[in-house]
Amino acid sequence: MRDRQLRARDMLRGDLEGEDLERYVEERVVMTNFDKMLGWARANSMFPLTFGLACCAIEAPISLVTARYDLARFGAEALRASPRQADMIILSGRVSIKMAPVVRRLYDQMLEPKWAISMGACSSSGGMFSNYAVVQGADKFMPIDLHIPGCPPRPEAVLYGFTKLQRKIMGNPDQGWRQRYNAAGTEEWARGGPRSEPNPEAAEAYEEARGLIRA
Amino acid sequence: MPDGPGLELIRGEIEQDHPGAVLDTSFDRDQPALVVDPAQILAVLAWLRDAPGQGYRFLSSLHAADYLPAEPRFAVHYELLNRDRVERLRVKALLANPTEGLPEIDSCVELFPTAEFQEREAYDFFGIVFRGHPDLTRILLPDDYAGWPQRRDFPIGGEPVAFTYNERNYG
Repeated sequence: MRDRQLRARDMLRGDLEGEDLERYVEERVVMTNFDKMLGWARANSMFPLTFGLACCAIEAPISLVTARYDLARFGAEALRASPRQADMIILSGRVSIKMAPVVRRLYDQMLEPKWAISMGACSSSGGMFSNYAVVQGADKFMPIDLHIPGCPPRPEAVLYGFTKLQRKIMGNPDQGWRQRYNAAGTEEWARGGPRSEPNPEAAEAYEEARGLIRA
Repeated sequence: MPDGPGLELIRGEIEQDHPGAVLDTSFDRDQPALVVDPAQILAVLAWLRDAPGQGYRFLSSLHAADYLPAEPRFAVHYELLNRDRVERLRVKALLANPTEGLPEIDSCVELFPTAEFQEREAYDFFGIVFRGHPDLTRILLPDDYAGWPQRRDFPIGGEPVAFTYNERNYG
């Protein structure tokens, strides 16, 4: 240990040369490219959205952040209450036809990079609710990066799915998937914010809302 | 609960004030029920609420039902409660399905304000129109929804699940 410290000090002073320098670099320096490092950082500091749809919300995210399962081990303990601060949305439960536009809007409001997990049978395929009120699979209206089967999945299954998602993020996150759902660049920007180009519709809605508040 | 004879007494008293209003009574599984002419439903409900000695002042539930092969097909159920004696009484109004348009019945919001949302729900799922309701719009389904999904002849919807096992053995 002491030996290593001394070598690090010598390295910083520029005293290491030749074979010693080679050995030091081999031991202490990891070569990578920026994309890989970025993916690694993204995968290990995820901000999930505090969001529950139905009974699966008890398994995740509620029990996932408790001490027994502890999502913090995977770097995702900071649940955000606003989609604008979140990276990941877990659809935990059946999506009713009335909730679907709300879910899609939440997803649209999240800033890139963003991921969606469909958790449980209901949000993946409608599950047992094969009826008029429930959307038969959330991937009918938004891009889903990962499906976790189960009714409900055990928290361990969700954690396993989460690590799978991390691997996906570190590997090849964009497979043209979001473009197919028109889900890229859908954020509504507040006026005066960075990259402030609200679409005319959003600007109009915003003005209208402001008018209502003033009145 | 009014017992069987008690129910007949109530029926007799209603008959005195509103002849022909009560079509039938039933006392199935200790639950008293009056089957009422829908045209006089408000008179009967008001009588049960206000007549001395009755006091069914609390509408604990209002819901609709569809007994499809039966005729008349629809029913609106009013579950009344006397909170002093803790007695429950069910009032049913049977509604035929008209050949055109939707079945109609008078709204009881004036008598029981709690009925407002429950009548909207009955309208939402069964398409029963409550005449005189202040705001009869859909309450749970999206506003642009088409159809009355809790009717028995409404398709269930969803998607059939194609299991490989069934496909292989019976397909």
